[in-house]
Amino acid sequence: MVPVTWYLWLAALLFTIGLSGVLLKRNALIVMMSVELMLNAANLTFLAFARQSGNIGGHAIAFFVIAVAAAEAAVGLAVVIAIYRTRGSVNVDEVRALHE
Amino acid sequence: MQITAELVCFWIFAVPLVVTALGVVVARSPVYAAMNLVAAFFFMAGIYVLLAAHLIAFMQILVYAGAVMVLFLFVIMLLSLGDEHPQPERRKAMQYVGVMGAVSLLAVLASAIYRVPDAAMATLAQPERFGTVKAVGQVLYTDFLLPFEVTSLLLLVAIVGAVVVAKERI
Repeated sequence: MVPVTWYLWLAALLFTIGLSGVLLKRNALIVMMSVELMLNAANLTFLAFARQSGNIGGHAIAFFVIAVAAAEAAVGLAVVIAIYRTRGSVNVDEVRALHE
Repeated sequence: MQITAELVCFWIFAVPLVVTALGVVVARSPVYAAMNLVAAFFFMAGIYVLLAAHLIAFMQILVYAGAVMVLFLFVIMLLSLGDEHPQPERRKAMQYVGVMGAVSLLAVLASAIYRVPDAAMATLAQPERFGTVKAVGQVLYTDFLLPFEVTSLLLLVAIVGAVVVAKERI
């Protein structure tokens, strides 16, 4: 039997990889893909604890996370398209109208 | 620890999962990043099956590897983006700060995982039922009925919002 901590280590590693993608990449699309990776890591933690405790509630939460991630991807990609249309670039460093 | 089929399957899925996840971050072209992410989602579905989450594993493939990634690929093709250019020097310092932040988050998570009691996985009362469509559906329509209905509303709002934001003229 694989212990639950191994799954937690895997999820922690994936979450860190996703976070470094968000922090390092400047392409808005790759930043969003890294966010999806982080959501998946969170899902893995939910499912690992659901399996450990034998409680099916974790699966319902994972279901909602997937639904919210799909909605986030749709709206986020629409925003990326709108930004590309007005600025001709999806570099997150160049989108700083609120900053200046 | 004795070597079991479950342990072998765990490593078969976990190692390529981490490699493809790193591929998402390392890839310069968005298309390569998207392809790595699709592979990572498939390996992740394998890990979910090991955790007896059969319904979530199938939804992972259908919703993530299917719908969401097709959306990503369509946007990449629509925008016809080139590769990422090398960063100017000014950004390099921020990159080191970013790596430091990610590594310190890993340290925080590690200290939390060390505190998790290494209890064995529960012996399931009905192993053949756990994580199936029937079992998860029963929970969704009883204990989680309100969040389930609100999710449908959220998806409707997301569809309308995506069309409003992305369309030039309504």
